[in-house]
Amino acid sequence: MQIFRNRKTRSVVYQVAFLAVFALIIFGAVHEASTKLAAQGMTSGFDFLHKTTGFRIGFSLIPFDPFDSYLQMLWVGILNTIFLGILSIILANIVGLVIAVFRISSNGVLNDIGTLYIEAFRNVPLILQALFWYAALTHLPPPKLAYSFFDSVFLSARGVFVPSLNVEGKWFAAVALVLIVGLSVLAWFSMSRRFRRINRRGAIQIGIAGLTLATMAGMLVYAREPGSDIISVPALRGLNFRGGVAIPPELSALAIATAIYGGAYIAEVIRAGFLSVGKGQVEAARALGLSPWHVFSRVHLPLAIRAVLPTLINQYVWLFKATTLGIVVGFADFFSVISVSINQSGQTLELIAILMAGFLIMNNTLSFVLNRVNKAIALKGTQLRT
Amino acid sequence: MAAASEMKTSSPIMGSGLQPDGLAVRLRRRYFRTPMNAAISLAGMAVLLYLGFHALDWAVLKAVWVSPDGTSAVCRDIAGACWAVIQQRWRIIIFGLFPYDEQWRSMLACLVMIATIVLSCLPWFWKPLRLSSLWCAGFLLFYVLMRGGLFGMKTVLPADWGGLTLTVFLYAAGVLIGMPMAIAMALLRRSEMALVSRMTGALIDGVRSLPLITILFTAALIFPFVLPGWLQGDKIWRVIIGFALFFAAYQAEIIRSGIQSIPVGQEEAAKALGLSYWHRTGRIILPQAFRNALPPTINQLVITFKETSLIVIIGFFDILASGNAAYGTGEWSFAYFEVYIFVALVYFVFVFSLSRYGAYLERRMRFGQH
Repeated sequence: MQIFRNRKTRSVVYQVAFLAVFALIIFGAVHEASTKLAAQGMTSGFDFLHKTTGFRIGFSLIPFDPFDSYLQMLWVGILNTIFLGILSIILANIVGLVIAVFRISSNGVLNDIGTLYIEAFRNVPLILQALFWYAALTHLPPPKLAYSFFDSVFLSARGVFVPSLNVEGKWFAAVALVLIVGLSVLAWFSMSRRFRRINRRGAIQIGIAGLTLATMAGMLVYAREPGSDIISVPALRGLNFRGGVAIPPELSALAIATAIYGGAYIAEVIRAGFLSVGKGQVEAARALGLSPWHVFSRVHLPLAIRAVLPTLINQYVWLFKATTLGIVVGFADFFSVISVSINQSGQTLELIAILMAGFLIMNNTLSFVLNRVNKAIALKGTQLRT
Repeated sequence: MAAASEMKTSSPIMGSGLQPDGLAVRLRRRYFRTPMNAAISLAGMAVLLYLGFHALDWAVLKAVWVSPDGTSAVCRDIAGACWAVIQQRWRIIIFGLFPYDEQWRSMLACLVMIATIVLSCLPWFWKPLRLSSLWCAGFLLFYVLMRGGLFGMKTVLPADWGGLTLTVFLYAAGVLIGMPMAIAMALLRRSEMALVSRMTGALIDGVRSLPLITILFTAALIFPFVLPGWLQGDKIWRVIIGFALFFAAYQAEIIRSGIQSIPVGQEEAAKALGLSYWHRTGRIILPQAFRNALPPTINQLVITFKETSLIVIIGFFDILASGNAAYGTGEWSFAYFEVYIFVALVYFVFVFSLSRYGAYLERRMRFGQH
């Protein structure tokens, strides 16, 4: 027993024991699973991914029909999850910022509205809110009696119909890509130190913006179906709308619910950021004669966001995970396509592995990208925070 | 001190500071400090009054409360809320599919569980022995009442449990199993043995980057595959284990951050005094860590209560699912709004009181802190 008194030896023994228990559990699980699978006569492996599904999907960003494979269906689910996640984060951020400003404003009524909002929506589960909005949206009047705004936006039980561009999906994606690239170049040019000394920065900025817009316009004109208008406006034909683009109630319900629920959380984070900005900073900005708007947009907001960005990033990642509620309203997100595939194909273990791997990759990518953003814009060095 | 007095002088509207201002002065300062402010206040109040009046009008003044004949005929042509749906269907919302004649047991069990939760909020119970005996007694009583089979009570299998009782049970069981797991995971992750801390870290981070539904789903589907028959138990226990694991992964990080905020000197002093690992951890580190981590812990408990609602996805009949069922018949299908408001209110009562309690604890903790 003398040898066990040595701390190093003991540590090695413990770790080996830990590893052995872990390996034993894994081995037992694999053994049990393989005997059960063999008993049921099920084949394992990923060959089923290339079989056709025979399934129809309500909303997808890429073309999908019942003759497509499981692989294609999983892609639809992943893209839908990413799309809904990013949409929800953006909407929740807008809502959160507005409510946070209400909460810190010097006006009592705005404070009260902010508090009321947060207490009402933060204390009710997201899934209940999603179900509520879904029920509310599907109980809207049928297309014939739809609420219409300027005869171009329609609210009906079949979804919200809005005008759209008369181009194919892939061209639309290409145009969006051009827009993102243009904005990134513009932001890089405006913020990077490398271009700070260049004369006539304003002209160059306008040039970049103009070039982007011109490219987008050119692509749209080139890509539109010949002889049709660029903008397609929904109009009632028979029992449903034609033209435009339909936002299905499943998508809107989830987006509204996460925007409202996530907004309440994000508002509290941003509010904490506003409170953490030193009083002296704001007072100094005022003393320099900046207008209230400039004090807010150039001093208060940037400092507040930088102070809470790490918390905010956690909140975004959490919100992204929280949007996987598609299955309760029938929106084909990643989780619900996996669930459908398990029911259809019976390949439980493989599909669960895909599900976990998919979420691990998506969430870690999201937090990696956001943390890079945080590092890039965090305040360097120490500063007086009074 | 200097900072405090400076703050007082720097805001001239703070008053003399000798006696509190009257209500009128405080109201004027809060709502009508400048003309611009007054205008915003009036506009905001108008909006609030308008919304408030319509809500009151809908929910109370024009509402129908009871349905004498049990049908929805009384709600045909009304402009207000049809609370008759709650009056008619409240049993299914609260008790789910529990047999009608035995529902008093479900009611009693639910009350026992709520009483246990409330009692463990009292500081008197915050001793390991008292808290554990309270929870053992509460759980035992709950289980006997719900499952039956003793003292001439009919056996009701967990598959038929439902409604609010199931939600409360799932929450209590998940937290109860999850908390020791969380402590173990936090301590293992802080271990000096690289292999142990790395593997625990990977487990915690993995669970944390998955949505809860995927974990519940995996627990419900994978455990039957990988566990031998004698270990499987009822479906509800598999889901509770998954739920507890999820709670534990988040709570472990909270406890770990609580441990990290304790000055290193505390542990070093304990070591210098010759205390063993378990004494150091149990008597010095963990009590302080829990105190430091109390606000985020309460926050996590609040979030966890809301997340119990996700079990509806894997086919359990919790209060949300039974709410759906309550308006799901053709008779009441128009009354979704009332049912959701009712269920939301039930959640609100639980979650709001829990978070208020957390705020109270935080205030209480500030005393006696150095």
